[in-house]
Amino acid sequence: MNPDFIGCDAGSTDAGPYYLATGKTAFPLPSIKRDLRIMVKGGRQNNIPVLIGSCGTAGGDIQLRTMFGLLKEIVTEEGLSLRVALVHCEQDFEYLKAKLREGKVHPLDNPPKFDEAVIDGSEHIVGMAGAEPFQEALEGGADVVLCGRASDTAIFASRAMMLGAPEGPSWHAAKILECGNAAATQRKTPDCMMAIIREDHFDIFAGDPEIRCTPQSIASHSLYENADPFELKECSGTLEISEATYEALDERSVRVRGSRFLPANTYTVKLEGAEIAGYQSVTIGSIRDPFMIRQFDDWLARLKEKLAARFEMVYGDTLSPDDYFINFRTYGKDGTMGTLEPVKEITSHELCLVCEITAKTQSLANDLSGIYRHQALHLPIPEWHGLITGLATPYNPSYLERGPVARFNINHVVLPESPLEMFPIEYHDLSA
Amino acid sequence: MDKLADIASLMRSKNAGPFMLTIDIMFDDLSVYERVKESGALSRAVVAEKYGLSENKVMFFYCDTALAIKASIPRPITQGDIGDSDGHGGQQFIPLMDIDIP
Repeated sequence: MNPDFIGCDAGSTDAGPYYLATGKTAFPLPSIKRDLRIMVKGGRQNNIPVLIGSCGTAGGDIQLRTMFGLLKEIVTEEGLSLRVALVHCEQDFEYLKAKLREGKVHPLDNPPKFDEAVIDGSEHIVGMAGAEPFQEALEGGADVVLCGRASDTAIFASRAMMLGAPEGPSWHAAKILECGNAAATQRKTPDCMMAIIREDHFDIFAGDPEIRCTPQSIASHSLYENADPFELKECSGTLEISEATYEALDERSVRVRGSRFLPANTYTVKLEGAEIAGYQSVTIGSIRDPFMIRQFDDWLARLKEKLAARFEMVYGDTLSPDDYFINFRTYGKDGTMGTLEPVKEITSHELCLVCEITAKTQSLANDLSGIYRHQALHLPIPEWHGLITGLATPYNPSYLERGPVARFNINHVVLPESPLEMFPIEYHDLSA
Repeated sequence: MDKLADIASLMRSKNAGPFMLTIDIMFDDLSVYERVKESGALSRAVVAEKYGLSENKVMFFYCDTALAIKASIPRPITQGDIGDSDGHGGQQFIPLMDIDIP
């Protein structure tokens, strides 16, 4: 194997909105540094570039800086010398507002409302880089490209296309490579994949000789985490694979033909944004009393009424219903699926009741949770005459502070003037 | 008559971005895949009914090369937003498990 480059998709929205909102990483820094060290050393030993997209989970500027810090430590520890490009993907709010006013922000599927107030209310907004910023960074002589939020596929397709590989196979191979050996028949442990792209096809296999890819395992990977299995939208066009064919080359490699890339008339950059929805406290409790379980829905309805009345008694006009939100989850009943749960009857001998209170401040969420504890503990049921304690609470204090909770607030694309406009690049020459 | 879950090799659900949920039903045998596909027991209309959606909200695909059937739906609550119960969307395929396949 003589690879032309090493690529890595280091992030996703999959870990949730918290990471974009706060700049924290979903994986611990020692894990990230371990992986980064292997790739950077491999890149330098083979004199090939290392391309990393969606640095630090969400690919905001804080996370890009975090990864840059880890890279500098590795360069020193390993005695390396290299040129790194930092591709910034965090978006300026005034730039986005101007784009919005020009009508150059368009909605995607199932979008939330988007306006200037949403922009101002966001903690961070990133644009998802296409292939061009990676190519620009490589033209600039980068040995290592650390990119903020990037299209998973663009990381891999960018270098392949620079080296003359055709667009269709490059994007399709990239779509499989970006998940590593997730496309293998059995993924023993997360590991890498290798693709060889030629004029009208690509061959793909795992680096580990014991791991097998089959035509079905490779074909089915295009389903994973995509709403549409045949059309994958990128900044510069659409990867169209409805006519792709998959052929076993040997026991562990697959040849793919018929992948097409349809260039878009208009270049689009997907936005991701996160805002703080409030501050949360969570009370975990369990119910074992069969008399309570058999009337659980009624008990919970009465508890909600009682709570509202108690809040009114304590706070009067100073607390409006907009200041807090209470969500109950009942594990053993419908905690996982909510209203979509097909099983309507409770058959469990115990229930876990999670009460989650989100408020404008942490102290209000905590205070309301304190009121909840007392009301839930002692709400009577007709079967027992006298004071009951109907909820078992394992923690003391009974609530857990969750801190700020975030939400994704944008599902839109921007139409930039050029593919590089939203992604400034900064270069550093590092040596031990 | 078999339950779909008893003849599929893998049923799974997952986020397709924070706003969409996608469900994959995979088979390891062409004849089983074709039996399910041709039965019509799993269709856009059935998915819509199971998830309480109108049919035009459901994307539905037969993926012959992958021996897979796929449906994508809007998430009832955006991933990670207040009230979301399944951040990765991994346990939302359950309503399709019991579909009878002739």
